[in-house]
Amino acid sequence: VRIDAAQSISSSRRAFLRSATGAAAFPLVRDLAGADRPKKTVVVTFGGGARDDETFMPDGQENIPHLLSELIPQATFFSQVVNRGILGHYVATASIVTGVYETFNNFAPVPPDNPTVFEYFRKDLKRPATDCWVVAPSNGFARIGESAHRAYGPGFGAGVILPKRLLSAALAGGDRERYQHLLRDNYETPLYAPPLTGAQLELNRMADVLKLSVDDFAAHARSLASPDEMSVYVARQLMRQLAPSLLWVTLHDIDVAHSGTFSLYIEGIQRCDRLCAELWQAIQKDPEYANRTTMFILPDFGRDSDIDSGGNGFQHHRTGDPMSRTTWMMVLGPGVRQNVVVDRPVESIDLIPTLGSLLGFDAKLSRGKPIAEVA
Amino acid sequence: VLPNQLVARSFDGYPPEARRIATHHLALLKRLPLGFLPLLLRELIGYDWKFPAERRELDGQFAYLTSLDSEQLVRAMEVFSHLRIAPALEKIDWVNSPSIFTEQLTAHLWSTHQIDAFRAGAVAYISKSSVALPEQRLPAHRLGIAVIGQGVQENQYRLFRKLRPHGEYFTRIKAENGLAVLVDLVAKRAALYPMPYGHWYIDGSTSLPATPEGATSIAYAALSSPRAALQSRMRKIYEASVFDPEAFRTRMARMQPEEIGLDAAGDPVLARFQLSLLTEGSGTQVFATTFVQWAAREAWRRAQPLTVLARFGPRQRENPMNVLLAEAQRPPELDPQGSLIDADMSAYYTWVNQQRLAGADKAGFLVWFEDHQEAVVIAPGFLQGKQSSDSTDLKDLVASIASAK
Repeated sequence: VRIDAAQSISSSRRAFLRSATGAAAFPLVRDLAGADRPKKTVVVTFGGGARDDETFMPDGQENIPHLLSELIPQATFFSQVVNRGILGHYVATASIVTGVYETFNNFAPVPPDNPTVFEYFRKDLKRPATDCWVVAPSNGFARIGESAHRAYGPGFGAGVILPKRLLSAALAGGDRERYQHLLRDNYETPLYAPPLTGAQLELNRMADVLKLSVDDFAAHARSLASPDEMSVYVARQLMRQLAPSLLWVTLHDIDVAHSGTFSLYIEGIQRCDRLCAELWQAIQKDPEYANRTTMFILPDFGRDSDIDSGGNGFQHHRTGDPMSRTTWMMVLGPGVRQNVVVDRPVESIDLIPTLGSLLGFDAKLSRGKPIAEVA
Repeated sequence: VLPNQLVARSFDGYPPEARRIATHHLALLKRLPLGFLPLLLRELIGYDWKFPAERRELDGQFAYLTSLDSEQLVRAMEVFSHLRIAPALEKIDWVNSPSIFTEQLTAHLWSTHQIDAFRAGAVAYISKSSVALPEQRLPAHRLGIAVIGQGVQENQYRLFRKLRPHGEYFTRIKAENGLAVLVDLVAKRAALYPMPYGHWYIDGSTSLPATPEGATSIAYAALSSPRAALQSRMRKIYEASVFDPEAFRTRMARMQPEEIGLDAAGDPVLARFQLSLLTEGSGTQVFATTFVQWAAREAWRRAQPLTVLARFGPRQRENPMNVLLAEAQRPPELDPQGSLIDADMSAYYTWVNQQRLAGADKAGFLVWFEDHQEAVVIAPGFLQGKQSSDSTDLKDLVASIASAK
């Protein structure tokens, strides 16, 4: 039954994409002759998945104009990405990053048990610390950059930037009150802000790393409407200053859905849609990235269906029903077929071995499989 | 303690009715697996404050379980018996704190990839125990009403997009004193079909409403004092330098109605229900729209009433949590347009939850954009997907829903 339900979700996405964008099914034989191997990779995950009802279904299409009209026509779209792990944002993102379904407490400030993509990338390819970065939405993600694995771990991870923490440190007391809308830590447990541990970038190093003064950062942040805008701003600053080869950005505004306010959830989707397009445009305009960057966009998982009595519709992701486990992924960049849909199921843990295949490292402890259509 | 070690005194901490049932069924309880029993006790421990419909269902579960012979009971419990349970869970006082055990069991099942098997087993169990429950004849068809959009003058959002395919969409409703008409309808149904907690009025507007006589009423505004007391506790926790989320949830689970000023002496069942809305709901403490949606859902699910009238008012504008929790200290800025969109979706969920109950095929549902001309009716005799631009009086419309066969 679950497989049927997941396939049904996938079929709906496929049918819509074919009618809206003329997307074709993925051909059995790839033609990558002449395509350069991508040199840089940007991964965008949405923490707080958006359901098909509010995105790819007829009533939802108005919320994702940029994904539909700008990005999908350039992308290979995977219509059935299944997450079989724990549906909490930190542990789920850690599972994507390691390629193993991690099993730690979602709200514990712990590193992943298995090596992360950043560690594989840096150790196998002998890359410096400045070559891979994570921009993450909340304190809970402070340990996402490197694992507790003995063969990897300290010294091989990515730099982690928590823009909200930087802003909080940069603002004076009164200002901190005024710009609290940019500082909320997370929505899954709104009262929870775990203690910070790990190697996240601190304010006093920001000027060195981002070439951005505290005053300039705070001034710009004041003009932004949401934490996700701040994350994309920091990501773009990283691209300009350090041009990392591996950049991982996790957006989180959508997760306001936990408050039960549908309109705010929709606004989060619309903002995410716009920011993904802005990031792709920034990639195309930056000589360091243009024509040599592959971008992956995927929600970490979905949200509960309206029908499952164990949940409360869009508000949470607690039931483990097919809608909360099944999501999608789009891949854009040189060598990636444009405007095609892949129907076969893949898993969210397949991303890391796929990146390994693209970039030339061995994600040896990952339990996923390289996705042949883009690897 | 393991289930087979239970004795009558194990339940000394239970309220009187719950204790009576537990000791009466002690032999059965001792034969149930640890992966199931605390979940049953979580329901039982609150028996004294449950609605009649919930008591009936719990009684039905005990009747079902006692009707099984040894072999059948083993089969019925098979999924739960095979769960791998961490030894640490066995050390929890699951008899007296079954909610805490259940929460930690859930986390354990997720992390050990057993949650899907558990859910499947739970669904199968509920399905079988429900079949064993004799069907209850309703004195009238159920009626759900959602009133949305208080304070919105103009609207560009396409309303009722989820509900229109299921019912008839009216675009020229005449609704002078519309809310009073609906409140009066609830009062009449309460008088015609009296039953405890059988008719509800749930209000999320900014002012204290006139409540229908004979109906159970709860209002977001009327709960401002308990909400302020709860918000104050939450704010202190939020602003503390160290926060332990598990301790916080335990604290919320153990909170008593009197602690935040709910009147437990007047109607302890309702006081407990209101407390659960505020301590178990997500967003109900700070957003009026979320409060009404969750209250309507829980009223349908738990009390299984004949009538629910849910009126959605404007919620406060989105703000950081510490500002939202300080609502009592300053008049909150409202977001009527966003609230209309929230309420539109909430009305759909109110109907979905109504449809989960017995008699769904004959039930009626009305959603009305307050003080405007738009409404949708889902009821026998009204055509699915049809749009009607005839001028229709709200009073006549509700009369036809009530008389629909």
